[in-house]
Amino acid sequence: MTNPAESPRTLVMERVFPHPPEKLWRALTESPLLAQWMMKNDFEPAVGRKFQFRAEPMPNWNGVVDCEVLIVDPLQRLSYNWGVGGSESGLQWVVLWTLTPAEGGTHVRMEQSGFRPDQQAAYGGAKYGWQKFFAGLERVLGGLDARAEGG
Amino acid sequence: MVSSVKPANTNHVFRALADPTRRAIFEELTRQGEQTVHALTRYAGVSQPAVSKHLTVLKRAKLVRHRREGRETHYRARPDALTPMVDWLNLYGAFWRDRFDRLEALLERME
Repeated sequence: MTNPAESPRTLVMERVFPHPPEKLWRALTESPLLAQWMMKNDFEPAVGRKFQFRAEPMPNWNGVVDCEVLIVDPLQRLSYNWGVGGSESGLQWVVLWTLTPAEGGTHVRMEQSGFRPDQQAAYGGAKYGWQKFFAGLERVLGGLDARAEGG
Repeated sequence: MVSSVKPANTNHVFRALADPTRRAIFEELTRQGEQTVHALTRYAGVSQPAVSKHLTVLKRAKLVRHRREGRETHYRARPDALTPMVDWLNLYGAFWRDRFDRLEALLERME
């Protein structure tokens, strides 16, 4: 996950916020602020820190997201694992936040990769990229909107 | 947000398509329709046992189905098996859009 360009990117959301990076970084990394827009949490911005997001339980989901902090580059990059449903049969993603100063504010990019981190080495050199695959899927499934686009 | 996607199905589909050769095989099947193992082996450029192994993984994820005809096994894609992946993208797409909106509102309230 050190080089996003080599990772299989499955979901990307981007937006420019009319606020400085310092403010975005606080919203992303201060637990009480994070709770106001994400979910209740015991996050701390330290690599290796295990924490949870907690929402109201639902059918088929206990409301818990198990996370571990992977990258903390103040004002620039923040990344954590995103695990749902326990480690055995559950789903494991990696979330990467990237902040870039932009005209009149900060460009925020959220990238969620759909794979366990230990599998990623194998795809680094993949000739057959996900972008191409998803582009192909849309064609195959007849204009199906498989990409989520940021607002 | 994540509840309506069955983890087991989604995992199988993601894992099956995690491998570039399997993605290539699957897409070839969606493009060309039904293919024999022989034809797929020629296309994939790896050994036939390797192709068979990949097809087994795709089959477990219900991404392909097969039928035997004489000594040949024919495979065909089942694009509907991609639904968990598409659901996942749609669900999380909506989830993150909502969170971005809430983040924007929070930033307005912050000092």
